[in-house]
Amino acid sequence: MNRFPLWKYLLIGLTLIVSFLYTLPNFFGEVPAVQISPLKSTEKADEALLRQAMAAVNAVGIKNEDGFIDGNSVKLRFASTDEQLKAKDALQAALGARNTVALNLLSASPSWLTAIGAKPMYLGLDLRGGVHFLLQVDMNAALERKMIGYQGDIRTELRGEKIRYGRLARESKSIVVEFATRDQRDVAIEKIGNTIADLKLAEKDEADKFILTATLTPEAEKRVQEAAVKQNIQTLGNRVNELGVAEPVIQQQGLDRVVVQLPGVQDTAKAKDILGRTATLEIRLVDEEADLSAATAGQIPLGDELYQSRDGMPILVKKDVALTGDSITDAAPGFDQQTNRPAVHVNLDGKGARIFKDVTRENVGRRMAILLIERGQTEVITAPTIQEEIGGGRVQITGMESPQEASDVALLLRAGALAAPMTIVEERTVGPSMGRENIDKGFNSNIWGFMAVVAFMVFYYRAFGLISSAALAVNGFFLIALLSMLQATLTLPGMAAIALTLGMAIDANVLINERIREELRSGATPQAAIHAGYDRAWGTILDSNLTTLIAGIALFWLGSGPVRGFAVVLCLGILTSMFSAVTVSRAMVNLSYGRKARLASVSI
Amino acid sequence: MIRFFDVDRVIPFMRYGKVTTTISLATFFFAVWALWAKGLNLGVDFTGGTVMEVEYSQPAHLDKIRGSLEAAGFNEIVVQNFGTSKDVLIRLPAEKAATAAQVSNRVMDTLKAQSADVSLKKVDFVGPQVGKELYDSGALALFVVAIGIMLYLAIRFEWRFAVSGMIANAHDVVIILGLFAFFQWEFTLTVLAGVLAILGYSVNESVVVFDRIRENIRKMRKAEIPDLIDHAITQTFSRTIITHLSTQIMVLAMLFFGGEALHNFALALTIGIMFGIYSSVLVASPLLLMLGVKREHFLRDETPKEGVTADGAQV
Repeated sequence: MNRFPLWKYLLIGLTLIVSFLYTLPNFFGEVPAVQISPLKSTEKADEALLRQAMAAVNAVGIKNEDGFIDGNSVKLRFASTDEQLKAKDALQAALGARNTVALNLLSASPSWLTAIGAKPMYLGLDLRGGVHFLLQVDMNAALERKMIGYQGDIRTELRGEKIRYGRLARESKSIVVEFATRDQRDVAIEKIGNTIADLKLAEKDEADKFILTATLTPEAEKRVQEAAVKQNIQTLGNRVNELGVAEPVIQQQGLDRVVVQLPGVQDTAKAKDILGRTATLEIRLVDEEADLSAATAGQIPLGDELYQSRDGMPILVKKDVALTGDSITDAAPGFDQQTNRPAVHVNLDGKGARIFKDVTRENVGRRMAILLIERGQTEVITAPTIQEEIGGGRVQITGMESPQEASDVALLLRAGALAAPMTIVEERTVGPSMGRENIDKGFNSNIWGFMAVVAFMVFYYRAFGLISSAALAVNGFFLIALLSMLQATLTLPGMAAIALTLGMAIDANVLINERIREELRSGATPQAAIHAGYDRAWGTILDSNLTTLIAGIALFWLGSGPVRGFAVVLCLGILTSMFSAVTVSRAMVNLSYGRKARLASVSI
Repeated sequence: MIRFFDVDRVIPFMRYGKVTTTISLATFFFAVWALWAKGLNLGVDFTGGTVMEVEYSQPAHLDKIRGSLEAAGFNEIVVQNFGTSKDVLIRLPAEKAATAAQVSNRVMDTLKAQSADVSLKKVDFVGPQVGKELYDSGALALFVVAIGIMLYLAIRFEWRFAVSGMIANAHDVVIILGLFAFFQWEFTLTVLAGVLAILGYSVNESVVVFDRIRENIRKMRKAEIPDLIDHAITQTFSRTIITHLSTQIMVLAMLFFGGEALHNFALALTIGIMFGIYSSVLVASPLLLMLGVKREHFLRDETPKEGVTADGAQV
């Protein structure tokens, strides 16, 4: 009665072999590597790039044959960290202009294991070191910015159609236009409604004026918000590329948040600085007719804003934005050819170039202010007088204090503007030494706990204790193999969950063993006792494991970060333990006791 | 055969029902009092704020560190050793400003200026809004797990089992929380994960006893219900102790080898395991009796037409 058909043994044997193979890569450790990925998504990492990389490394005297293409990057493995660092500098110099060159760690497992898809578990930031940021996108600012753009469009439209209007101003997220007659407003509504579909237009009559209020339609508002998050993710991606991180994760979370994970980053202050910066450029006209001394005394004219220029002089700038940083296609640091002062050379896209041409043509002789808005601070970098119409979309901005500043500003403008400012609302930084420490702690807890449980089980249940312990070890293999196959992220709480599931998994075997003892006591023959023990314990095992599974699923569903890692391991561990504790241990029992037709005694 | 427990003699657990219920109520009210009077010492995950761990190559002078940070304009800071005399934990309250994430950089700059041999091991910064969300979703998780388990028990067994199982569990969870409040141990996200795991684990305990009660109801036709329950508890007692012992061994390994990061987690599990034994045997089962569990609730094999019992409970 305690025999399995051959196919069951074969199946169990097969699962054991597969899980052993997939557990293996975790024991080989990691080797230093350098990863080279093209900056532009249109470029692919190919054989040519691999050859160039190899050549660059060989040129500095490192013999390296261990390079390969993986996804959209080229990876080179090195024998030591010294070689890795030396090679990184060489590669940065040779290929850095078009590629991200980043330090990485790669699995040292042999290539045949990698070929069958056996990879080590993916380690979470708390185990490998790195930074985790949660950034909140300021949606109100995104909407206001969109309305600034529409304000300009409405003005252009009204002027183009020669419709006379009084005041045109933006109030938070709506644009208010005042007309003298109802007819003018009716025409305006028709024209604006035809050209700008995203706006909802409302009318209101007052004693001496006819008011038109434009707000975004709910659909447009949603679209703007989605686009803002998308653009911010894109921009963050560009900035992270400038930082050189091997496997960054940049993902949307919820409606208005972005998660950024940078494994292995050591200089967290710099990372935070680059990610958190929100530099945008605005070009506006200077109001030269207004009374500057009255403005400094507090009477700022309607439609103007008061700023300080770099030399400390107050300057009145119109609120209307002629051009924003969105139109910038490229920015590079350089020097002004006449004065030899640091400058940034900016290229504008087609639309931006057209607007810039119009603005400069209409305002020859007036002053134009270039404003840099960074971390909520607006600064007038320079306010030159327009000498002539500037076409072609090439603009030179002077007024930088140093070449360093010029190159910083250029980087921020080039890496793209954020559609809306972001603030860091959560940060988890783990230093590299701490990661190593955490792995050791998690590993030690598991090993010592496991050995103590085995000692106890063998002491208490003898042969059946040994079988239970073997089943428990198999469960450990299953669990690690499954985590490796799924490439689930292992965290310190996840390692705690491995320990906990191992402790809990033994419950199934205890239930079985106690049942067998009970059957023996009530006079059953050893074979019958084994059979009944496994049979009767199964229902209980199922019930008790399912309740824990419910807790695990809820944890996964509602938990975040470390809790999720814990939940994944807990759920998987429960599933594997049901198989190992019942089927695998039964197979071992059947193999050792099941053959004998008459069994005198069992060691339990 | 080694046996820790003499299972041949049935222990009359149910006779002590009044005593054990009194003990449970006493611990329960103590825990509730501790929660009410002292409150949980919520970690940065839930309150928002910044916690940093830094390491010096020499034993650190906490007073100097505190002094230089206060001089740099940081208020309400906590500076303490963490694990060893070289490791320092710095806790800063939540700031409302948008630059709150820069706090850890400024602290690090201050510390570096004072002594160059300091290195950053860990930073946890949680904004107040995120902290509140983590708190809410944690509370929701606790609620969802409780409801899910009750539903499962109600379907697999019967509503009386679900209710008494859940009360026994709530008792465990409240006691864990109460002890954390009483000793002012820090309550973090990881500890919450531990509490939720205990919720699943401890019900598992009750399920094993319930399973036996159901089996005995079917097998032991002549026995009274309290005797049945006594029998079930006695039969599973050995298993209860051994299972908990093995889980506890693993948890102890975490407590000793897991370092500070897993310390409170292991502590929560230890309390949960201890009270899990107690509550499944001495809280859940007497409750079952009080709720009036009857043989008829499980004998549908004999009376196939009687799908619904006299008091309306679905079987």
